[in-house]
Amino acid sequence: MGFLYILTVVAVIISLIANRQKTKKAFIVGSKMLWMITPPFVSILVSVSILLHLMPNEMIVDYLGDSNSYFGVVVASIIGSITVIPGPIVYPLCGILLEKGVSYSVIAAFSSSLMMVGVLSFPVERAYFGNKFALLRNIVSLFITLVIALIFSLANGRII
Amino acid sequence: MKSLKQFPLKPILFVLFLIFIVISFLIEFAPGVAVGKNFGLFSFQMVKVLPAIFILIGLFDIWVKRETIVKQLGETGGIKSFLWVFILAAPMAGGLLPAIPIAYTLYQKGARLTVVLTFLGAVGVGRIPMILFESTFLGWKFSIIRIIASIPLVVVTGIILGRALEKSDYKLPERD
Repeated sequence: MGFLYILTVVAVIISLIANRQKTKKAFIVGSKMLWMITPPFVSILVSVSILLHLMPNEMIVDYLGDSNSYFGVVVASIIGSITVIPGPIVYPLCGILLEKGVSYSVIAAFSSSLMMVGVLSFPVERAYFGNKFALLRNIVSLFITLVIALIFSLANGRII
Repeated sequence: MKSLKQFPLKPILFVLFLIFIVISFLIEFAPGVAVGKNFGLFSFQMVKVLPAIFILIGLFDIWVKRETIVKQLGETGGIKSFLWVFILAAPMAGGLLPAIPIAYTLYQKGARLTVVLTFLGAVGVGRIPMILFESTFLGWKFSIIRIIASIPLVVVTGIILGRALEKSDYKLPERD
């Protein structure tokens, strides 16, 4: 976060020194894009805040709490795909799951699908890149998630 | 990009949502308060990163020449394109959602679909802020195994899917 702003400030200063007119134009381009994406973002934020209330952390822990099987991996990737949970919340939650004895492969499926598969962000992705792109990318990401989970189940007890 | 405008949540619904939250706080209606707190937290998360990201997109759009992107991330980019997108994704904050318009800007400037797909994958698996959190709570071993497993998967699937789309002469939705 801090780094992002340092980068932005430095970039803006360099740009201002180089050409003020162009910098002004860059701000206009940026704000136009931000303005365009605000309504879908707000829609997603509203759905996420409702969804996470209906499916609180305790419930996720309950669901995944005693699953260590392949079934657990499937459930974890489904939950991970349909929700969007900010990083600072996801990983402490994963830590709790680990303490509860949930296997690494289930946790990997959960965290990877959260980061790569976006059912809620699908409408935005589709608007930018089209239906086929968005659909295939999400399916492929789900596949990647399952492979990662498989690798963790193979590594379990040997490396980790 | 018309479809961005016709979104499920109409302004009137959003206003109703806000009124619902405010009333929930006033009468201490627990589910409403919880949803409101979630909404506040997530909005804050987004508000924190979005202005910076869109200023950078603007600067990128104005300063970076199309030829540069075509050369680095286009047909002639070769293997170093993939290295570039991982470097580009590493400092990203905010996850997949803000990365979508960035990926689109890259595409507009002439990046290949394979590279765009790899970028989106890289955002999912290789963001440094995320890895720091991950390794804190799940241990370094977990992060290292996950990263080593993910990177080839992201690159290979990006190439396969991107090539398949390019071969089928895939067209992105029209911009208005």
